[in-house]
Amino acid sequence: MKKVYVNEQWCLGCRLCEVHCTFSQTGESDMARALKDKELTSNIKVQTDNTHSFAVSCRHCDQPLCQKSCITGALSKDCGVVTVDTHRCIKCYTCILVCPVGGIAVGESGVAQKCGLCLQTTDKTPSCVKGCPNAAIVYEERG
Amino acid sequence: MKYLIIGNSTAAVGCIEGIRRHDTTGEITVIAGEPHHTYSRPLISYYLQGKVSDLSYRPCDFYQLNGVTVVYDQAVSVDSENKSVTTADGKVLPYDKLLVATGSTPTVPDYSGLENVTHKFTFSTLDDALAIEKQLDPTKRVLILGAGLVGLKCAEGLVARVASVTVVVRSPKILSAVLDDASAKMVQTHLEHNGIAFKLTDDVSHFEHNTAITEKGEKIDFDILVLAKGMRANTHLLNGIAEIDRGIVVNHRSETTAPHIYAAGDCTQSNDASSGQSKVMALLPNAYLQGECAGINMAGAEHEVKNNIPMNAVGFFGKHIMTAGNYSGEEYVENQNGVYKCLFLGYNKLNGFILVGDTQGTGIYTNIIRNQIPLDTLDAESLCKTPSLSAYDKSTRQKIIGGTLE
Repeated sequence: MKKVYVNEQWCLGCRLCEVHCTFSQTGESDMARALKDKELTSNIKVQTDNTHSFAVSCRHCDQPLCQKSCITGALSKDCGVVTVDTHRCIKCYTCILVCPVGGIAVGESGVAQKCGLCLQTTDKTPSCVKGCPNAAIVYEERG
Repeated sequence: MKYLIIGNSTAAVGCIEGIRRHDTTGEITVIAGEPHHTYSRPLISYYLQGKVSDLSYRPCDFYQLNGVTVVYDQAVSVDSENKSVTTADGKVLPYDKLLVATGSTPTVPDYSGLENVTHKFTFSTLDDALAIEKQLDPTKRVLILGAGLVGLKCAEGLVARVASVTVVVRSPKILSAVLDDASAKMVQTHLEHNGIAFKLTDDVSHFEHNTAITEKGEKIDFDILVLAKGMRANTHLLNGIAEIDRGIVVNHRSETTAPHIYAAGDCTQSNDASSGQSKVMALLPNAYLQGECAGINMAGAEHEVKNNIPMNAVGFFGKHIMTAGNYSGEEYVENQNGVYKCLFLGYNKLNGFILVGDTQGTGIYTNIIRNQIPLDTLDAESLCKTPSLSAYDKSTRQKIIGGTLE
């Protein structure tokens, strides 16, 4: 299945992926208005050590430790995509404790938040991929 | 193939899901000791707090979708020669492969006068929570003995619904199994701000009806008593059948020492990858992973879980605590603005950590402990400051973010 991959050598560290991901969550049409004074709550995060940068989001692991560890059953994997049922999340963050890449964050309302591959959008292309100015983030099938 | 599972909680669900990945037709029977659909035990405190009403661990059609027959009854004995389990109702259930996932039971110390205390409870099952709830009203004074995760989650669940909650704990600090002195003090202060009172370094000497007299001579009147003095693995069904220490001893395949009998979850004792010691690690994620591992092997496929460690993620009134591994070695400490971090480093390994107040990316630390990744293959200095994949060398990192993790 297609997933989001990041080619580190092309990542500029510009964080536009974080901006576009946050914007896509608002459901608004005007980015400037939607994000004014808003903290970024993206599901993809640029990690950096000052010499190089790379964006990281959920890997939708074959055997997702977050899903197996979830104490309420709020996380599930359907058709290859790991998703959080935000109504069942009780904010214990066991998923954050076990995710080996740091791919789950605390969302605005306190519940666990993660990448769902923008499957709800009409063009079915993740917003981080569309928003990356250097094509460092790709949405493709890999072996 | 006849699969029989004693228990209906996390490890049992893991086992069912593990079996069904490899065998879609074998008969699965679950013996459930509690008269409920599989539910998440940690949710009982959230239930009392009014934060959840549905405690189901899996959707209501879970058994049906997985072709599972549930027998609501108590398992009373295992006959390993004839491969069957007898229940309290006298049913004899045969098996080809058996999973013992019997969990644990609260330990109740032998306090003098306890028998005359009214409204005394333990706090590990949904029925415990429902029974406590019947006694709740804003005039009630609650006394909780024990300040482990069970006692404190109970305190959090009750404090808004009663007049007072007092916790008496023998140790000089709360959560003594998972926190160090500095983090314990920080969490205690936070709990006190939220209305919970503590009596540390003390224990009940005896009860005079609903008054506790402590070893220090204090008298505490109460209406509701909750005993949260630890849990004991339920091992008795395999007495004389398999090796038992503090729990049922299992290997990396979740096999007991008895043929065709597996065990998983709080009733077991297994290897802690962070210390190399065999111990009871009664934690929900480990229960699932052990149960799933058992299920896969019971179905004839091959699976091992070698990297279970003690680990906890828990929040109290919005303050989050994460701990993992063991606390040996040199300490790396950061403590500012209500955020506490202590990493334990030694022998070229990250052995464990205690984090309070900031959780972002913590799984990167946990993964390094679980998989015993040598620190000299990582940028240890940057890792201590921030859990980030930038601590890995480029080719390892590319494998991680450019592929899919197993």
